[in-house]
Amino acid sequence: MEASILQQLVRDRAEKRAVVLATRLTDGIQKLVYPTDKQEENWLIKAISQVLAGDRGAVVEGPDGDWFLNPFNPPLRLMLVGAVHIAQPLALIGSLAGYDVTVIDPRTSFASAERFPDVALVTDWPDEAMAALAPDARTAIVTLTHDPKLDDPALHAALRSPAFYIGSLGSKKTHAARVARLAEAGFAQDDIARIHGPVGLSIGAKSPAEIAVSIMAEITETLRR
Amino acid sequence: MSETLNHDRVLEEAARWVGEGRKVALATVIETWGSAPRPVGSQLAIRDDATFVGSVSGGCIEGDVVTRALDALQTGKPEIVEYGVSDAMAWEVGLACGGRIRVMVEPVTG
Repeated sequence: MEASILQQLVRDRAEKRAVVLATRLTDGIQKLVYPTDKQEENWLIKAISQVLAGDRGAVVEGPDGDWFLNPFNPPLRLMLVGAVHIAQPLALIGSLAGYDVTVIDPRTSFASAERFPDVALVTDWPDEAMAALAPDARTAIVTLTHDPKLDDPALHAALRSPAFYIGSLGSKKTHAARVARLAEAGFAQDDIARIHGPVGLSIGAKSPAEIAVSIMAEITETLRR
Repeated sequence: MSETLNHDRVLEEAARWVGEGRKVALATVIETWGSAPRPVGSQLAIRDDATFVGSVSGGCIEGDVVTRALDALQTGKPEIVEYGVSDAMAWEVGLACGGRIRVMVEPVTG
């Protein structure tokens, strides 16, 4: 690999641009291909769109030999609503698992840099925050406040988005009340069923860090299965 | 948090080493069959002093890949290596999990 290609690839990753590194296996010729490339050949644009969508590399047969296509998507995103105790270990575990983590909480005593060093904090109301962040199909959203005033606007936005995972902290009773409120707000049962509640895999987690592990495990299961 | 997250920053580490004037090679899983420990696209960056970051298996073949990467730094040429199930010979480098993978080893040039 030429050093200039490596440097450009690192820049693309830093700037969160989707890109595919294409290598012709017969002679090692390499280039970076972007989904928006206008000059590139059609078969290659089609093939790179597929590996980006599947988020997995593949060897494909081109008109001039076999190419290895290695996709580099922007990171998955994890949006946590509520800068509560559980959000602290969950932000860390999420980062370790490769997610871009954002913590949303208008209560600045909760959402402080002191409590969340190196984590992106948004102190707007959850509906405004979610509108600005625009969750997509590579986004997981977890509400953690227990407070309908904060959780519900976030859940409304989450349910209108293609987010691959939506989780909501709270007991079975709390979740039943939440489901009733969402139904009253006009959401269909099928949509409401997208919400994982009570959140996380059932592993008997007690401490905030253990609960964070169970939530991250459920997000991973949803993503990969 | 950047220090703890280096495990996923293989290309970034490689670029940093190149920036420091070191010679660097990359190894990438390009195909897998059966039960492979790491998916296609997994990468390992190798520095000229055999320091490495990332992985192309569960630790079964990294030793051999590093040796080949150091060779590639000498020749300046990429190569594709296939690893399969390790047989009864204990010294054979292979994958205990029973899978088979192809790895591209390439020097960073220019």
